[in-house]
Amino acid sequence: MLRSEELTKAFGAKTAVDHVNLRLEAGHICAMLGPNGSGKTTWMKMAAGLCKPTSGTVYFEGEPVGVNSRASIAYMSTEPYFYTWMTLKDVGRYYGDFFADYSAERYRELLDRFELEEGLKTKTLSSGMMAKAKIAVTLARDAKVWMLDEPFNGIDLVARDRIKEAIISAAAPDKLLLMSSHLVEEMESIADRAVFLRKGKLIKEVDIDTERAETGCSIADEYRRIYGGQEEEDA
Amino acid sequence: MEFNASSPIWMQVTTRIKTDMVTGRLPPGAKLPGGRDLALQYTINPNTAARVYQELEKEGLVEIRRGMGTYVTETPERLEALRSEMACEAMEDYLERMAALGFSRAEAITRISQEDEHAQE
Repeated sequence: MLRSEELTKAFGAKTAVDHVNLRLEAGHICAMLGPNGSGKTTWMKMAAGLCKPTSGTVYFEGEPVGVNSRASIAYMSTEPYFYTWMTLKDVGRYYGDFFADYSAERYRELLDRFELEEGLKTKTLSSGMMAKAKIAVTLARDAKVWMLDEPFNGIDLVARDRIKEAIISAAAPDKLLLMSSHLVEEMESIADRAVFLRKGKLIKEVDIDTERAETGCSIADEYRRIYGGQEEEDA
Repeated sequence: MEFNASSPIWMQVTTRIKTDMVTGRLPPGAKLPGGRDLALQYTINPNTAARVYQELEKEGLVEIRRGMGTYVTETPERLEALRSEMACEAMEDYLERMAALGFSRAEAITRISQEDEHAQE
């Protein structure tokens, strides 16, 4: 469904994504793992069609990503991107104007699940509330691919469970969910595939339960093995 | 539910459901949640939840009725056999742990009956 071929992005002397060949299929919840600066966000932004590769291509359903694919790929970035004067209701309307696959009803359901009132002004939201609002508006789209960059950052334990439930509910055989995180334990049970990036390179792709069965390793164990002792990389 | 790292999640959830069948929390003929609801209940991937039901079906412990749902088997012999299988696993587990502590099988068995006598006193 989503495939990158020799995908590369360089920022000056720094290569953020380095010849990554990756194929992601529908029907899975895939965790994209790696420390900060390993290339997760840059890969996602290129797949979302928001930034151009230095070389290589991302294909969505066989076509290079671009303006057309944006109608089917919902991307949630780590930065907050709502105008401060907006209420959560305005945020929903704003999304509705941009995306044909947006559902106001689904948005309301998700806000309810996250215990957020539509009348709240975005500038008054705590970081946890903001994180939930971003997820609600992203999952309110009936997209084919959802890419969530760091969905659990700054969110308390109880709210994380609500978010996981929303992600599980969104998963379907014809949809792909890709989530990046360095909070590996949070991904452990809800993802079924994991890809590991390191310094812009694809290191490993695993089927999580097969990995557990064959090696007795969880993805947290695998993560420690791959990145153990390594400090955060330059972003 | 907390999962341990070393065995597949589908296996851990399957064991939990089997335990519920043996203890009667899930009686014969009980309807199990749909795949997505099972995924939500245990906070697991929906594919993992589907795998749980496939494995239980393969072992003859549930019946998947198309368009109706998944039900605990109504064959009492199958549930009795499951209880016996799980008891064997628990005993093997005990014997393995005692072996790791340096007890022979005979010693481990003696210890159990001694414990039992103590408990009855």
